[in-house]
Amino acid sequence: MATVRIPTQLRTLSGGAAEVDVDGSTVGEVLKALDAAHPGFSGRLFDDGGVLRRFVNVFVADEDVRFSDGLDTKVEPGQTVSIIPAVAGG
Amino acid sequence: MFVQGLRCRECGHAFPAEALHVCEWCFGPLEVVYDYEKIAAATSRESIAAGPTSIWRYANLLPAVNDGAVDLGAGFTPLVRADRLAAELGLGELWLKNDTLNPTGSFKDRVVAVALARARAMGFKVAACASTGNLANSVAAHAARAGMRHVVFIPADLEAGKVVTTAVYGPSLIAVDGSYDDVNRLCAELASEQPTWAFVNVNLRTYYAEGSKTLAFETVEQLGWEAPDHVVVPVASGSQLTKIAKGFRELHKVGLLDEEPHVRVSGAQAEGCSPVATAFNEGHDYIRPVKPKTIAKSLAIGNPADGPYALDEVKRSGGGLEAVSDQEIVDAMLLLARTEGIFAETAGGVTIATLARLATKGVVRSDERVVAYITGAGLKTIEAVAPVCRPTATIAPTMDAFNAAFEGVEN
Repeated sequence: MATVRIPTQLRTLSGGAAEVDVDGSTVGEVLKALDAAHPGFSGRLFDDGGVLRRFVNVFVADEDVRFSDGLDTKVEPGQTVSIIPAVAGG
Repeated sequence: MFVQGLRCRECGHAFPAEALHVCEWCFGPLEVVYDYEKIAAATSRESIAAGPTSIWRYANLLPAVNDGAVDLGAGFTPLVRADRLAAELGLGELWLKNDTLNPTGSFKDRVVAVALARARAMGFKVAACASTGNLANSVAAHAARAGMRHVVFIPADLEAGKVVTTAVYGPSLIAVDGSYDDVNRLCAELASEQPTWAFVNVNLRTYYAEGSKTLAFETVEQLGWEAPDHVVVPVASGSQLTKIAKGFRELHKVGLLDEEPHVRVSGAQAEGCSPVATAFNEGHDYIRPVKPKTIAKSLAIGNPADGPYALDEVKRSGGGLEAVSDQEIVDAMLLLARTEGIFAETAGGVTIATLARLATKGVVRSDERVVAYITGAGLKTIEAVAPVCRPTATIAPTMDAFNAAFEGVEN
């Protein structure tokens, strides 16, 4: 079981919840389970080709998954997966 | 104010002009939508000339109204001809936009003045930001003047000068163990939990970023209402470069320039943090984030939010993007100081070193009217040049000692 942190922009999909617990051993599995629990997430996070949108950042235990294995990045039980808009800073 | 609303730059979804920065449908950045016809009708070169000597002379093209409580006088900094530097670089008509002369010593005063004026109009009482230092200075100073509470987040390894020149304005300065990208991620998450805080470069970012357009507006006005041929701009998040390019286009859109300007836009990065320059030089249309390691800490953003747009502007305009080494940065800071009397922070060294590189490669040409943007003051980063900037001699207070020491010193 992993905890997914939901940004404000997507909380209408999670019934207002800031965190959702779902199963999965990789980022891809976790996000798929998130969409199963709360339909609509995949459409927001992925483009038509199934690739993470370019302005979506995903972190596992505070590390950008692009520095790891992207959607194949391992998620250990109890770890936090954060979905964060890329448009910030500078 | 001539703002009609906000629109997603990626998918075009429309949003009201509230404290929103991200499209909830595709996560793209939101842009301010203006009524350009009304701006054109209300704005002339004469009406601008009659305005204040600050960014607010271009208020009609900004998404905020001047708020005296916030205003420290940002903008309308000198555009100086740089013949001695041009001669060293083999260039012709070179100008420097000296933004070291802003109230807190960097271009960030432009964007913060806009963001906090807008934030106050929206009723925010707390100003916040994620910063590499210059923004921290500016948010703290402007918030102090406005009597707003401020909460400023910086990486813990920032230059001492930038820490002091933020903390002097009062609490709260939070140093985070990590890189700027870590600080930025924390603030992006915090912005969701603290909706009553105006994070200037998160939830107010749509308005904030527009302030950088004034760098283009002023340049054109100061050149006698003519656009330059080529500009060189430092790239951190890529926002400043993107907005300068937008600013040139807007002047034509509202009739302040008769012809559409074709300004070549080049970008400057440090080797230790060059995700945009790398994408450009390897021919990619996406930005691969990096872990920064450079003395140019104000440009050390490994995951640049506007990187793809900066890349587009450079490609579309026929500019270039280079990444320069820490040694080139220091050498360029010294060159700029020695030839033009301007002491810039490390980011200025990045810009001048990149200009030199682009001139050598023939990307910036001697027949072009060139403007380089010097965006922050050298006193903020004295660590970079302190080892090589020492007294020429230390002497006893006697004529003989002076003559002995001065003999052979080239002056």
